[in-house]
Amino acid sequence: MKFNREKTVERLLLTVAFSAIASLLLIALFIFKEGVPFILKVGPRDFLLSSDWSPQAGKFGIYPMIIASLWITLGAMLIGAPLGVAGAIFLNEFVPRSVMRIVKPTIELLAGIPSVVFGFIGVVVLAPLIRTHLGGPGLSVLAGAIVLGIMVLPTVISISTDAIGAVPNTYREGALALGATRWQAVHMVVLKAARSGIVASIILAMGRAVGETMAVIMVAGNALKIPHSPLDSVRTLTANIAMEMGQATGMHRQALFATGVVLFIVIMILNSIATAAVRRRIGGKGNKK
Amino acid sequence: MSDAKIVVRRLGVFFGQAQSLRWVTMDVPRNRILGIIGPSGSGKTTFLRTLNRLNDLSPDTHIEGEVLLDGQDIHHPNFDVVALRKRIGMVFALPVPLPMSIFDNVVYGARLAGVKRDKWDELVERSLRAAFLWDEVKDRLHTSGMRLSGGQQQRLCLARTLAMEPEVVLLDEPCSGLDPISTAKIEEALTILKAKYTIVLVTNNTKQAARVADDTAFFLMGEMVEHGPTSQIFTVPRDKRTNDYVTGRFG
Amino acid sequence: MRIPPKYTQMIAVAVLAGATLATLAVLLFIIGYVLNKGLPVVSFQFLFSNPEDMGRAGGIFPTLVGSVLLPLLAIAIAMPLGVGTAVYLTEYTRETRATKVIRFGTDCLAGIPSIIFGLFGFIFFVVMLQFGWSLLSGGLTLAIMILPTIIRTSEEAIRAVPHSYREVSFSLGATRWETVMKVVLPNALPGIVTGVMLGIGRCISETAAVIFTAGLALRLPRSVFDSTRTMAVHFYTLAREGISNENAYGTAAVLIIAVLLTNLAAYWLMHRFIARRTK
Repeated sequence: MKFNREKTVERLLLTVAFSAIASLLLIALFIFKEGVPFILKVGPRDFLLSSDWSPQAGKFGIYPMIIASLWITLGAMLIGAPLGVAGAIFLNEFVPRSVMRIVKPTIELLAGIPSVVFGFIGVVVLAPLIRTHLGGPGLSVLAGAIVLGIMVLPTVISISTDAIGAVPNTYREGALALGATRWQAVHMVVLKAARSGIVASIILAMGRAVGETMAVIMVAGNALKIPHSPLDSVRTLTANIAMEMGQATGMHRQALFATGVVLFIVIMILNSIATAAVRRRIGGKGNKK
Repeated sequence: MSDAKIVVRRLGVFFGQAQSLRWVTMDVPRNRILGIIGPSGSGKTTFLRTLNRLNDLSPDTHIEGEVLLDGQDIHHPNFDVVALRKRIGMVFALPVPLPMSIFDNVVYGARLAGVKRDKWDELVERSLRAAFLWDEVKDRLHTSGMRLSGGQQQRLCLARTLAMEPEVVLLDEPCSGLDPISTAKIEEALTILKAKYTIVLVTNNTKQAARVADDTAFFLMGEMVEHGPTSQIFTVPRDKRTNDYVTGRFG
Repeated sequence: MRIPPKYTQMIAVAVLAGATLATLAVLLFIIGYVLNKGLPVVSFQFLFSNPEDMGRAGGIFPTLVGSVLLPLLAIAIAMPLGVGTAVYLTEYTRETRATKVIRFGTDCLAGIPSIIFGLFGFIFFVVMLQFGWSLLSGGLTLAIMILPTIIRTSEEAIRAVPHSYREVSFSLGATRWETVMKVVLPNALPGIVTGVMLGIGRCISETAAVIFTAGLALRLPRSVFDSTRTMAVHFYTLAREGISNENAYGTAAVLIIAVLLTNLAAYWLMHRFIARRTK
């Protein structure tokens, strides 16, 4: 009798275990179901490369937003990646364990700050600064890049720290025993060993930056044009979806879902690259030596 | 001897492709202590864990041959494994008190088997007395079992096993980490317990087997070399390898 | 001219330290700034009275309730699913192709941005299943969003339970399920709760996914089918529509404190968990 109960429990748990993959498939299904027919109808070339976004007139070109997302993401990585990796190196290599054990969780804690708060600070503190000292409307690519860069910092620091921490001490000791300074040991040996983990963290952060919505809506300006300078106001793919979803119907709504399809694919690609990079490290480590 | 509690016939145990136990055939006599000796890696623990089918928990294991408990094949598909483990209890090498109170530790198995709540107090006292632990813990039954000393923890594990009222008690090097006094207490308990239970004791310590076991089996590299009454194994063993081991030529 | 290594190291360390301090400084500044401007606004009345005039005046009580109910609902759904998945992966199978598929699904789910969850929640729960903008739609959407977190932390916690505990339980005649319920889960509980708290923290901060599923209603929800506004959404609305900077700061302050408290609780629990393990 207990045996039957056990079998039932096992079957139930098996079903539950597929809830994650089932949800993923559902999400992909519905986003694609709403978005792909639209892309096929309008034609991918017109959709992706046209600069004319006028829903009322039935025109749905998202090129400016693609460029905007690109610029802001790259800008964010230019800020977030070096700072993040630097922080990770410093915390792992040049600071006592006890300090690291306090600072790292603190940074992760601070990363829990809602994105809308980041965006708001960008609006009330950063944008006016940019407007006064550099010109332009303030709400710009630059503001977006800076805010996003700060937002992805904890991701980069966290994963890079893990990657650097995973490098065996023997590597460091070997370098030091040959007369290297700590810094030389780090940049000649440790960083090379941790390279794929660090790269993975940057790519993952990129994925987060591309997907960020609320902060960029508040801080990037949302103008519908292709940016020619970092001080221009822009609208990202995510901002476009969020802003127009409320009143969109029919083809307009499908266009927004189509934008979602583009985002989904881009982020899935980024995440796959990141995961592959991590796996290569684990696989590579195993085969070496 | 068909009066044996457990009968093992041509038992082979495989982990994946590797064979850990080679065609063991022997009887475990009723109400006696069977000592199993041999160097590390001989398959003693594997043998023990086959008796209560604990090897089933390791991936990729399978057996050939048969193991009969009171004449019934324990590996038969219809045989209830859970019931088997209630009839054959086990004490492990490292004391593993579950992270709960002493009281809860002792009643853990009995409770799952459906013993009623009003019987628990009596069961706990009886089991702890049989393990020679009652006097030391009777005032703190509801404190955590993890606070006991190593020797006390191991006796707690013994009490926990006895609370299931099994028919056979398997012990896997139970005294390996313990001081001589705790060891003596456990050995004394076993000597008294054999009146009620059939006991199989794996030990790395040949002197312990000589002290406590009625019969002894010598395992070497997955093979059961010989078995018989303890006095015979230690004085006039039939196999040269047995002689070399018990006289300390290797180990 | 070659700079001696001793000096390159000093420069390098200075740069690295500067970067780290800059990071810390910025993050602390953001929190400090918001709390500075927002805390003066926060009072008992602010927390517990209803908003007036679309939030220009009055308090944030309904949004406080929304921010409590929505994560609670999400956890109520995600926890059984997540812990169940973790139990299945660790206790009931070895690594097979099926488990690889499950893990792949979990990892992918974790990488999806919240706007996509918002889109999905809208088209599936709000429109297709006709739940409308409601606690239910929001809770279901958020549950899927935090599922990977729950699965990961639960699995880690369950794997940390020593194998010997399981062996002992089995040797005493327990079934697999009894072992899970009586020995494994109670021991893994602090780790699991840590994951739950992290999930709650994420739900509280979430905005994009919530707006499109739970809606914007400023009234107290009376059933799961009612729309509700969370503090994060309220803050966003106040700030973006320029309704009231003052109340925006106040809401943001409460929001930050709530998130910080839940994350702190998670870390404290995690430490206790690790401390107990190594006793």
